[in-house]
Amino acid sequence: MTARTATRFASLALLVFAAGCTTFYEITVETPIKAKLDTSAFQRVLVVGFVSGGSEDLDANIETVRLLRSQLRTRSSLKVVETDVLPLAEIAWRQAKETGTPPGAAAPLAAVPPAGQPPVAGGLSAQDPGEVPGPIKDEKDLLAYEQVFANVEFWKKLGEEHQSPLIVTGTVLFTPLARSGYVQRDREVIDPYGRHQVESQRTWADRKGFSLSPKFVFIDGRTGTVISSETFHEETLYDSAQNTPPLSSYFELMDRLIPRFLGTLSSQKIRGTRVLLR
Amino acid sequence: MRKLLALAALVALVASPAWAGKPRDQAKAEVEFGISVAQKGLWREAIYRWQKAVQLDPTYAAAWNNLAIGYEQDGRFDSARDAYEKALKIDPNNTLIRQNFEFFKEINDRANRDTIR
Repeated sequence: MTARTATRFASLALLVFAAGCTTFYEITVETPIKAKLDTSAFQRVLVVGFVSGGSEDLDANIETVRLLRSQLRTRSSLKVVETDVLPLAEIAWRQAKETGTPPGAAAPLAAVPPAGQPPVAGGLSAQDPGEVPGPIKDEKDLLAYEQVFANVEFWKKLGEEHQSPLIVTGTVLFTPLARSGYVQRDREVIDPYGRHQVESQRTWADRKGFSLSPKFVFIDGRTGTVISSETFHEETLYDSAQNTPPLSSYFELMDRLIPRFLGTLSSQKIRGTRVLLR
Repeated sequence: MRKLLALAALVALVASPAWAGKPRDQAKAEVEFGISVAQKGLWREAIYRWQKAVQLDPTYAAAWNNLAIGYEQDGRFDSARDAYEKALKIDPNNTLIRQNFEFFKEINDRANRDTIR
């Protein structure tokens, strides 16, 4: 039970007491929350791949595709299309290279076409971008790859290959964090009378962890156009002495995001308690 | 079995022509019946009964409160808000109705938040 739930129960108990002789009946309600995106036109969903960056300890593209597919299989009415995961960063880089604005060449952001329009040749760089894309370290690096989502022809063709599904793609940045600051810790102390007491103490501590910033892009597989996108950000920090594997942190952070991601595609029910009156 | 008999008796009472008392009494019978069916998960029937109750007596705050809860369960958020507001207009100091409304608003806000960009 969370502190919030406990507070609610306490307040409800207080209200019940305050209500005196009013006849009431507590009842559980399940409020349906509609999906934010109307997916009625689709029977299939294709989680195709993500442009990922940050920590090199895990492949955020593959992990994100696997996780979202498994969640959608059990918690959505859409049929999940099983295909190989696309190396989207490479595809984006290749597409951009063809148009003369490869991400590695630090193309000016103004050259990135707006959503719904195919990429145009322009913003040519004098630099030779090389044969492979450079590592994606931060949000700024990711931005340069975003033009892939506006490539209507690419997504339309992909949609045709998989019977016009709803395509889920986007970017995922999973980066290590290190922060120092005051943390509050509880400490048991024994007072002069021999009684055990808990004392809160603020201590300076070095902490490390990870941040996860996914942007989910939803594309209509029939037309190749972006329907919508959603951006999230979550962080977790641990004591510096604690050795938490990156994959564990990744799943911990994704666990927090998954309900919101699913809420976009499928309706949910929220359980709560109400009081019926006579 | 005993519960079913009590429910049947209540149905018979509500349906009986002898039950042609004051509007509040009639509305109360509908409200009680609505509560008993809602507790069994028959929300559509409950909503129907509470709608009848507020038609019979539009000043019956408890009926509006229950109707609002029924609408919530049915995902009809606009109707639920209207019903809660009517209940509170009639009985503004009722802490139970107010608490129900606060819980509703929290969920409703959550449904409306996070709009797609």
